[in-house]
Amino acid sequence: MSDWVEACAAGDIDEEDVMRFDHAGRSFAIYRSPDDEYFATEGLCTHEKVHLADGLVMDDIIECPKHNGRFNYKTGAARGAPACVNLKTYPVKVDAGKVLIQVG
Amino acid sequence: MTAITSSAASPRDYSLTGRDAKLAVENGLAAAEWYHTEIQRKQMKALMQRSDQPAIRDTVIWLGALILSGAGGAWFWGSWWCVPFFFVYGTLYGSSTDSRWHECGHGTAFRTQWMNDAVYQLACFMIMRNPVTWRWSHTRHHTDTIIVGRDPEIAVMRPPDLLRVVLNFFGILDAWHAMTDMARNAAGVVSAAEKTFIPEQEQPKAIRVARIWLAIYIATIALALYLHSWLPLMLVGLPRLYGAWHHVMTGLLQHGGLADNVIDHRLNSRTVLMNPISRFIYWNMNYHVEHHMFPMVPYHALPKLHDMIKHDLPAPTPSILAGYREMIPAFLRQLRNEDYFIKRELPPTARPYREELHNDIPMAAAAE
Repeated sequence: MSDWVEACAAGDIDEEDVMRFDHAGRSFAIYRSPDDEYFATEGLCTHEKVHLADGLVMDDIIECPKHNGRFNYKTGAARGAPACVNLKTYPVKVDAGKVLIQVG
Repeated sequence: MTAITSSAASPRDYSLTGRDAKLAVENGLAAAEWYHTEIQRKQMKALMQRSDQPAIRDTVIWLGALILSGAGGAWFWGSWWCVPFFFVYGTLYGSSTDSRWHECGHGTAFRTQWMNDAVYQLACFMIMRNPVTWRWSHTRHHTDTIIVGRDPEIAVMRPPDLLRVVLNFFGILDAWHAMTDMARNAAGVVSAAEKTFIPEQEQPKAIRVARIWLAIYIATIALALYLHSWLPLMLVGLPRLYGAWHHVMTGLLQHGGLADNVIDHRLNSRTVLMNPISRFIYWNMNYHVEHHMFPMVPYHALPKLHDMIKHDLPAPTPSILAGYREMIPAFLRQLRNEDYFIKRELPPTARPYREELHNDIPMAAAAE
């Protein structure tokens, strides 16, 4: 269960923004909050499998670029239609300027 | 502009549970990946930024004008002086609510979500669109824009029913269907078509809203009977008919006469340059190709988006009149040949249409 994977450099993501990370055939979304904390969720919207990394981060919300479905990216909770199913979240840590996520 | 005759199967079956619905899934047209113009992430992020200020300003103007014109209509009720007041009131009630419902449904008009929700509920009531049903139907409209059998919001089906189009300038058929749908939902019945796009857990909400609305309309009719006056209905309900003209006029231009069953919004949507009053009523939805390509961009940023990507889009239609000069002949042509459509020409700077994505439409070969 210690399958930490290096996703990107901490500075690759702007504050209050999101970045796509693909690994082993799976897609993830990595977020940098306005408080300079990092989070990760599955990369595709649970509504219609659109990449969330093309969406908009506002405070602790990620909004899907296709239908504006909303999720709390810190908890994965669906927060607005048409998003009804929660996102999976993944542990994240920053080590020596690198963002690592536990993809297991 | 090029006129095209496609070889799609005819007649089209627009039922959401019918033959073309199944064909769309089999052909990969349902929930497909659509073409979009490339924009740098930083630029797109700037365009997507939400702000309360423009929508608060516009909503104060909108509600203020609504209240003043409604009060003027009531004050002069019984004389011809009420006509201009009800003209303004009706247009604000029965037309500008189309764009308010739409933008707030996307959640892009305001940054603050409760403001989007409040204006959404109010506008839905005025335009007579169940806020639950239409939230989900519009989601499908964006997933499968003008895909036959999938899109529940195709305004003009082929061959065009021109009588229906004309009647809807006065809201007649739309309001009738809205009322019958409301009564059906209020009785607890969700149709088979509605079940194809409204998740099961959301359906009770549609029923609850329909019951609240029915109670409001019954109360309004009761008041009109009590007062022996049409005035209550002139203020609630009837403006959806006498004020519908503007939203139908602008709404038909969105996709009318253009391609169906394609996955490039440059082929099935139309951007039209308009006067500032229509753009206020319509909340910039005249930039319709841009809106469909990037639905996250708020209405107030659409002109900027248009400037940024116009090199990759067909030239905008220069006016409402020009749009109708293009669209009406196409509708008339579709009466004889429902496969006919208008193909918008791209500028030399644009990435070409991907013919392989639209291989059921012989776009290059069949130009007339």
